[in-house]
Order: sequence, then structure tokens, then C-alpha cells
Amino acid sequence: MLGYTITQWLFGILSFLAIMFALMVVFSRNPVNSVLYLVMTFFCIAGHYLLMNAQFLAIVHIVVYAGAIMVLFLFVIMLMNLNEDTEPQRTQITKIIAGVAGGLLLFVLVGSLKGTEQLQLKSYGASQIGLVKNLGKVLFKEFLFPFEIASILLLAALVGSIMIGKKDIK
Amino acid sequence: MINGISINYYLLLSTVLFIIGAVGVMARRNSIIIFMCIELMLNAVNLLLVAFSTLHNDAAGQVFVFFIMAVAAAEVAVGLAILSMIYRNVKSIDTDLLSNLKN
Amino acid sequence: MIKLIALVPLFPLIGFLINGFVGKKISKGLSGGIASGAILASFIVSVLAFIELQGSSQKENVISVFSWINSGTLQIPFQFLYDPLSSLFLLIITGIGFLIHIYSIGYMHDDEGFSRFFTYLNLFVFFMLLLVLGNNYLITFVGWEGVGLCSYLLIGFWYKNTAYNNAAKKAFIMNRIGDLGFLLGIILIFVTFGSISYTEVFDKAGTVSTSTITAIALLLFIGAMGKSAQLPLYTWLPDAMAGPTPVSALIHAATMVTAGIFMVVRSNVFYSISEVASQTVAIVGVLTALFAATIGLLQNDIKKILAYSTVSQLGLMFLGLGVGAFSSSVFHVTTHAFFKALLFLGAGSVIHAMGGEQDIRKMGGLSGKIKITFITMLLGTIAISGLPPFSGFFSKDEILAHTYEHSKTLWLLGMITSILTGFYMFRMLFIVFFGKFRGTHAQEHHLHESPPSMTFPLIVLAALSVIGGVLGLPEFWGLPNWMHHNLEPIIKIKNPSILSHETEWTLMALAVASAGAVIFFAYTLFMKHKVLPVEKESQLKPWQKVIYNKYYVDEFYDMIIRKPLDAISTTFYKFLDLQVIDGIVNGVGTAVKSIGSLVRLTQQGNIGFYVISMVMGIVFIVLLTFLVK
Repeated sequence: MLGYTITQWLFGILSFLAIMFALMVVFSRNPVNSVLYLVMTFFCIAGHYLLMNAQFLAIVHIVVYAGAIMVLFLFVIMLMNLNEDTEPQRTQITKIIAGVAGGLLLFVLVGSLKGTEQLQLKSYGASQIGLVKNLGKVLFKEFLFPFEIASILLLAALVGSIMIGKKDIK
Repeated sequence: MINGISINYYLLLSTVLFIIGAVGVMARRNSIIIFMCIELMLNAVNLLLVAFSTLHNDAAGQVFVFFIMAVAAAEVAVGLAILSMIYRNVKSIDTDLLSNLKN
Repeated sequence: MIKLIALVPLFPLIGFLINGFVGKKISKGLSGGIASGAILASFIVSVLAFIELQGSSQKENVISVFSWINSGTLQIPFQFLYDPLSSLFLLIITGIGFLIHIYSIGYMHDDEGFSRFFTYLNLFVFFMLLLVLGNNYLITFVGWEGVGLCSYLLIGFWYKNTAYNNAAKKAFIMNRIGDLGFLLGIILIFVTFGSISYTEVFDKAGTVSTSTITAIALLLFIGAMGKSAQLPLYTWLPDAMAGPTPVSALIHAATMVTAGIFMVVRSNVFYSISEVASQTVAIVGVLTALFAATIGLLQNDIKKILAYSTVSQLGLMFLGLGVGAFSSSVFHVTTHAFFKALLFLGAGSVIHAMGGEQDIRKMGGLSGKIKITFITMLLGTIAISGLPPFSGFFSKDEILAHTYEHSKTLWLLGMITSILTGFYMFRMLFIVFFGKFRGTHAQEHHLHESPPSMTFPLIVLAALSVIGGVLGLPEFWGLPNWMHHNLEPIIKIKNPSILSHETEWTLMALAVASAGAVIFFAYTLFMKHKVLPVEKESQLKPWQKVIYNKYYVDEFYDMIIRKPLDAISTTFYKFLDLQVIDGIVNGVGTAVKSIGSLVRLTQQGNIGFYVISMVMGIVFIVLLTFLVK
């Protein structure tokens, strides 16, 4: 349709949404709104993953990020009872500087990548490595050791957060 | 080309998301928002990793994304715990008030 | 023994080291004994070498000790020159030095710095011997500076007294002014002749232009002016009496102050060639002699009288040098060493008897109480006044005779000086030893003769003062003048006397008659009429006041030199030191602080700021990577 394939259309829409929601995250006053917009952003990114046939990652992305991490964030926000009026604001000059810095970084990064040559690789059709079975094979064969270490990392985080969050027992 | 989309577009998308996250960290004072923008930056990187992984047909990229997600989860847990402690002490999460190391 | 002449300065050096390191720990007797023994050993070696030299026909002996400075064209070996002049001076220095060491054992017996005293004394003798023995100007200069240093150490020996320290400083600084001239002279010699060894330079002296020689001679004489207390650098010598009396005897009578004369005699070829320099030396000498003699007329401190007398006699010696009578001046150095050391030691004995009192107005009638001192001092006073047949008569007469043939005016001034010398010396003698005792009762009870360690040197020196004249008997009496004959090889350009015998006899008679007359005058004034020095300065007549205050020379120097220097120094301090230099130093500190406080602003403690900085950093780095490509 219209000279673009369906894939390209989807890519364009998802990108547009992702960027728009990301901007909303940064610019919204109410922290709760920010959280919700971020969740939407995550969904868009999950869509991107699906587009690339990274099925496992897409699902894990939604479960871990949108399901667990964002919920945590919401809990904490509600615990602190943050509203739009309690929101501290940066000075105008600071915001301008931040914007300028960001723009500069964008400019530099894009410019640096402009000069790179277009990679001409074989098209593999739909990628097969994102399937659960294939990814699992790689994960448990070559990356078994980091996998186990990651579990210990999670354990450490778990214990750590409990220790930090504890009230002092007088 | 990934399904007809040039890799440059994925690069551009990822960079833009990253920049938005960076601007968010710089321009906001609320610690929670800053945290969320950091997550946004992480996600931008994840996206790029997956894109390249698909381009080169190498599973290592996606495995790496998997691990990044695990680490991000752990980091959020610990970070929010610290944030709660700070809130208990300072009764606010304004980063400007957390400048005891000034000068 | 001449080959071993290096032993002579070695013994005092060893004595210095021993006393310097362990002096405090060993007994006083041992300390004094080691010091005196070292000098005695040097004396014995000097005597043996002297005898050897007398018998030998080779008068100039160069003994190499070690190779000293070897730098391209500058070759200065450490060599000793043993010839009649240095042999004579060695005998004087070690002989009189030994006697004074013995004397000091008695005199300094109760002093707590006993071993320190002997350390310094030995060091002084070492340097003086270097000065005399060196074969080049540099070794002499080392000795020159060294004796200046020891003079400073010894004048300020009782360092707890600020006035004494100031006197020591004054001596040292005035010496330095002279030393500058000396050093410039040495440099000029080196530039002109390419060497500073005596044996090399003196042979070539005739080949250089007279004006250069004059310059050299005058510069060297400036050094002599400082060291031998001539006008205008003489004011340190009377103040140097702050040191212990043996110091005054050894350094400021017999040895150090004669270093200037030694140096001029050694360099006699320059002064013989250059008329201008000789004339200058003679004029400065006689003026100094007269000037100091007038000051000595009214002094009331026994040591100050002797100090001014020393300055005056040194002036006479320079007068002799200026008119070309080199051997006569050396003769006078010798006899002066005898009787001036005797007089100083005697004065020390008197002071010792009076329990430390030095004002002659408080003394009197001591002749009965301290007989040995009195007799020896009487002999010394007669010697210095120039009465025959004592030694002073012969030496002074020779100088005056040579002066007469050179210039009648200078001779007249010299005669006046001799007359004044007789007057003030006998004034001192009469006031101190005759009449009624004018001190306190406690002092009167304390009066006693000095111990043998002190009287023995007095006796020896008195004998020498009496018979010392045989060294230089006048030739026109038909008797051999040993001194003149001995020193002939040293004098490069001969200057024989041209006076007729009649003239010489007349001069001699005049000298004796005038000396006798002034002594009679002094006797009348002080013994018959019992005139005593006034008690207070206000009782002096105006012209007497000027003389009594040493013509206000010290005050004059104070005004034209010290005050401007002080003013400059204060300005430098207030401006340069406090403002500029402190400003720079403090400024650096303040600058560091302010830069630090500026840089500190980056530590906001504000996370957002850090992130911005990080982002900017990344931008910068990426840009750089691009630009570098």
C-alpha cells in the first residue's frame, strides 16, 4: 500500500507512538501520568520486538517491565502520595540547558552514524533466532554460566533491598 | 535490511529514545521520574541490540538483552529501596535537596 | 728540616682538632698543655729550619705540599716558600705564640671557656702560619681570611656580652672591606701575569707597565689597611680590646696586624717600582701614626692606650715601607712584637691583680705591690719610647733615618709621633704604678702578683725587648746589621742608604734627646705635680674633648655609612620584603585558594548537573573523535 510494505507501516506507527509517549513521560506534570505513559512506551517497544520476530523477548519485556517494574514504581509513587502540586520544578534556564545538551548529543550521535556505510547483508526472511526454542538453546549452551550468575545477582538484589528498606530495630 | 527496514532507521529510533531519556534525567527534579527515564534509556539500548542481533542473525544479542532486563529489575528493586529510605529521612524526593556533598 | 716545614702549621692544626673535639672533656691542664705543646713543637721545627737556612746558600726554598687547583689555565699548587722573611716571621709567631699560650693558662684559668679559648688560639696560629708560609697570593689570602675569622671568634670570646659581639663584628666587617681590595689586587695580578705564585710573579714584575703595578700595589695596600688598622680602617682595633688580654697581645700586637706589613714586604718589588704606591703607603702610615698617637694621649683604659699605641707603631712601620726601608720595617715588626706583647701581657697582669679593673684612674702605686709586672712593664715602656740601648731605639731610628733621606716633612711628622709615643706611654706608667692607690678597699686587698705561668713570659719578653737591638745594629757604628743582611735576598730592587755618617749621628742624637726630654716632661707632670686624668669628661677642655672622643671618627662613620645602609635596608624590608615578596608568596596561596573555590563549584551535589556535565562530555569526546579523523 502506498509504496510501503505493511512492515514498514507498522514500524513507522510504532516508532511514532514510542517517541510520542516517551516525550509525554518526560514532560508530564503528574508522576502517575508519567508512569502510565512509560508503560505505553514499553508496549510500543514490545511491538518492535515482535516485528523483528523476537517473541520470547517481547513477552519477557512486557511481563518484567510493564508488569513488575512499573507496578513497583506505581506502588512507591502512591506510598509517597505524589501529586501534580507537590512536584518540584527545575528552573527555566536549567530546562533550556538540558534541552540544548540533549539536542547536541542527538546531533553528534546522528552525525557520527551518518557516515557509516549501509550494511548489505543477506536477507534471512523472518528471523528464527527469536523463537523460544532457539533462544533457549543458545542461552543454556553458551551462556549457562552468566545465567546462573544472574540468578545470584537477583538474590543479592533481593537481600539488599530488604536490608536497606528495613526500619532500624531499636 | 530487516524485513525491508534499513538498520539506520533502528539506529535513529534508538538514539532518539536515548536522548529523550537523557533529557528527562537532566530536566526533572523528581527522583522517581529520573529513575523512569533511566529505564527508558536502557530500553532504547535493548531495542538496538535486538535489531543488530536480528541483522547479523546472532543470538548473542538477544541473550544479552535478556540479561540486561534481569539486571534492570534488580537495579530497580534496590534503587527504590534506597529512595524509600531517603524519603523517610528527608520527607521529600526532590534531588536538589540531596546536595549534602556540595563543595 | 726545611723539607718538613709543612709540620709547622700542622702541629697547631692538630692541636685545634684535639681541643676542638675533646677539649671540654679533658682537664684544663691537659687542654692548655696540648695547645702550648703544639706551638712549642712548631717553634722547635722553626728554629731548626732557621738554623739550616742560615747555613745554606739557597735562600729561596719552595716546598710543594699538594696539587691544589688545576683548572685549565688556572694552576695553583699548594706550595710553601721558606726564605729569610718567612723564617723570621715563623720564629716570631711560634715563639711569641708559645709564650702567650703559657700566659693564657694562668690568665684564663678561671674561665669556663678554657678549652674553647685554646682551640681558637691554635686555629689562629695555624692560619697565621699559612699566611706567612704560602708561596702564592691565594694561600696567603686563605690565611688572611682565617686570621680575620679567628680574630672575630676571639674578640667576641665572652659572647654573652652584646658590646663585645659588636666589637667582634666591627673588626670582621672592617677587615672585609680591606679584603675586597686585596682580592681585587690578586685578580689583577693573575690577569696581568697569568699566575699568582710569588716566585713567578716577582721575576716578571719589571715587564709590565708601571700604572698596572701601581694599581696592583694600591689594591694590595687597601687589604693591608684593613688588616693592619691604618687610616681609615683602624677603628676596629681599639674596640677589639673587648677580647681577653692574651688575644690582644697575640693578635692585635704581635702577629695578625703585622700581616699587612708582611704582605707589603713580600710584594716589595711592586712598591719599589711604583713611586705613587710607595708615596701613598708612606703618607697613610705617618698620618695614621700621628693621628693615633694624639688619641692615645688622653685615654683612660689601659688596654686602649696600648691599642692606639699599636696603631701608631704600625703607622710607623708603613712609613718605613713607603720609603723603601723594608728590612727596617721588618726589624721594627720584630722589636714591636717583643715589647708590645710584653706591654699587653703586663697590662693583663695588672688587670688580673686589680680584679678586672681597666681604668687607670682607679689604679696607682702598684709598683710596690706587683714588682715583677712593674719591672717588666718599665722595661717595655722604655723600649717603646726609643731610648738606647733598648731594641725600640734601634728599629725606630733606622726607619726615621731612611725617612729623612726620602722626605724631610715625613721625617718631622715621624719624630713628632715618637715624642708623643714616649709621652703617653710614660703617662700610663706613672699613673698606674706610682702615686697613691685610688681604687676601692676591696681591690686593694685583692692586689697580688700573678702566678708564674703569667710572669714567666713577661720576663722572657722583657729580656728580648732589652737585648733585641742586637738584631739590627746600625751599620755606621761599624757593627753588622744582621737583619738587613738577612733580608737582602728578598728585596728585589736594592735601595741603599745615601746618608752621610754625620747626618745619621745627628738624627740619632736628636731622637734620643727628644725622647729623653719628653720623658722628663712626663715625669714632671705626673710625678712632681701629680697631675691626674680628670674623672669626668665634662671637666676636659674643648680640644681635649675632641681627642678624648677619638675625633668622633666612629660617629662620622656611623653617619655616612651605617645610617644610609640602615635606611636602605629598612626600605628594602618594608617594601621589597613585606610587600613584594610576601605579596607574591601570599598571592600564590590566595590564587590557589580562589582557583580551588572556583573549581569547587562543579561539586554541586546536584545530580542533574552531573548528568548534564556527563552528556556534554560525551558530546565533546565524540566530536573530538570526528575532528581527529
